[in-house]
Amino acid sequence: MQFGIFTVGDVTPDPTTGRAPTEQERIKATVEIAKKAEEIGLDVFATGEHHNPPFAAPANPPVLLANIAAQTERLILSTATTLITTNDPVRIAQDYAYLQHLSDGRVDLMLGRGNTGPVYPWFGKDIRDGIPLAIENYALLRRLWREDVVDWEGKYRTPLQGFTSTPRPLDGVPPFVWHGSIRSPEIAEQAAYYGDGFFSNHIFWPASHTRQMVGLYRRRFEHYGHGSADEAIVGLGGQIFMRRNTQDAVREFRPYFDDAPVYGGGPSLEDFMSQTPLTVGSPQQVVERTLGFREYVGDYQRQMFLVDHAGLPLKTVLEQLDLLGEILPELRKGFEADRPAHVPNAPTHQSLLADQLAETTEGADQ
Amino acid sequence: MTRRIVVVTAGLSTPSSTRILADQLAAATAGALRTRGEQVQVDVIELRALARPLADNLVTGFPSGELAAAVGLLRQADALIAVTPVFSASYSGLFKTFFDVLEPDLLAGLPVLMAATGGTARHSMVLDHALRPLFNYLKALPVPTGVYAATEDFGNTADGALAGRVERAAAELANAVTAAPIATRPRTLADEFDEPTPFEDLLKA
Repeated sequence: MQFGIFTVGDVTPDPTTGRAPTEQERIKATVEIAKKAEEIGLDVFATGEHHNPPFAAPANPPVLLANIAAQTERLILSTATTLITTNDPVRIAQDYAYLQHLSDGRVDLMLGRGNTGPVYPWFGKDIRDGIPLAIENYALLRRLWREDVVDWEGKYRTPLQGFTSTPRPLDGVPPFVWHGSIRSPEIAEQAAYYGDGFFSNHIFWPASHTRQMVGLYRRRFEHYGHGSADEAIVGLGGQIFMRRNTQDAVREFRPYFDDAPVYGGGPSLEDFMSQTPLTVGSPQQVVERTLGFREYVGDYQRQMFLVDHAGLPLKTVLEQLDLLGEILPELRKGFEADRPAHVPNAPTHQSLLADQLAETTEGADQ
Repeated sequence: MTRRIVVVTAGLSTPSSTRILADQLAAATAGALRTRGEQVQVDVIELRALARPLADNLVTGFPSGELAAAVGLLRQADALIAVTPVFSASYSGLFKTFFDVLEPDLLAGLPVLMAATGGTARHSMVLDHALRPLFNYLKALPVPTGVYAATEDFGNTADGALAGRVERAAAELANAVTAAPIATRPRTLADEFDEPTPFEDLLKA
């Protein structure tokens, strides 16, 4: 089981002081947060991709991830999400392969469509083509990583003749791909078809919805012959805020919740906590709630938390990570308990390389 | 087979003339269907009780609790009776919000009886100027007769008065429910979860 954090890189004024960080402060803070993630023993750091205010997330995540790779040793660098709709799949193939080489294989990525309508026309696309773009672009991306020379023609980009995407993936192993979607069954179907990972945002919507999306993915993963449903590769998001005492956590987090662009004006913090997986409370409450996620998605492979959101100052975020580091052993132990032996871990560069070598050896034996 | 009628009523007071009209329409439609040999189940959704979840849904993007249950009823419906009070020359905001938060195509192909209430008959065109375009946009099948009841109608039993309009509209709705479907209802999100479009088809599209 992997644990990590993911960020959307929002530049939001701290509602308790009214002050917003500068873009540079936010960007540098993101690097500090990632370094801290490794320090406390987390496995994964993932960044969003954004092209518009109020975000200072990278427009091309490998720019940030390469910088973090240079300052960390173990951390897997990922995205949440890489836009498979508006990015040229050729650039995704090239930039992430380059990042693989720089980071010695500590890369995977999560593909998403992006739900901000105006972004599409900025890149010459139309949000109404979101699903077809995700399908065509990913089909091309896979070929660019797996075939040395590609001839290709599709609907959404210039044809390619005798094209070689460079650099080639590290050790000939493409980065593992997760497909993220809040609500589109087609994306769960896509992940299942290829035997890729499926990531459920698990922040904004109720558990019942996550259960439905993951259930569909698992059922179709088995249908497409990649293994049994409980061997499918599932990741979940989640948002937490902790203090030693529940009351302190709730009191401190409430203004951030009430003012957050994604939450404000809707249900109360208490209602939102009961309706969605948001957990604001003591470390023990976070442990119990998080271990409960298995009850509706089955044993899964990756748990990501959002901790640096809605104007929370860097100091607070780093304190959150200290607390997360404290409960990490208990989370790891809890998720290991009763986990069937045949449930796989999330693929890594090393495991994919080993699989590839095993296949080659098998081929040679025949 | 049991025909499921869902009544959506946006009245705010108790008793509500909107609810009274809704009940009359539901009873008349159920009667008309039983006359045609059908079994009938009627479920009533009072939007007032869902005011907060509806406001929350606008912000969060998902229906919570009772609202989710109400949407579930609509998903199974064979007919809809939708009744709103007239506010500022149109349907009420609460009424519109309910239809705003439904997933696309949920009402597609569904027979609908539209009705409205108001203080005077001067607003009766709201049925054809506001409600009918709304349900046409939602690809529902509104029956030709809409029923408008002004305060005075509730005390008037003269010819051509409220009861006659209710009977006519109910008969039209019953006919629409029992007629062969004009077209199969389009796939909804729920269908996609039950029976996903195979990825090979998505690739070819």
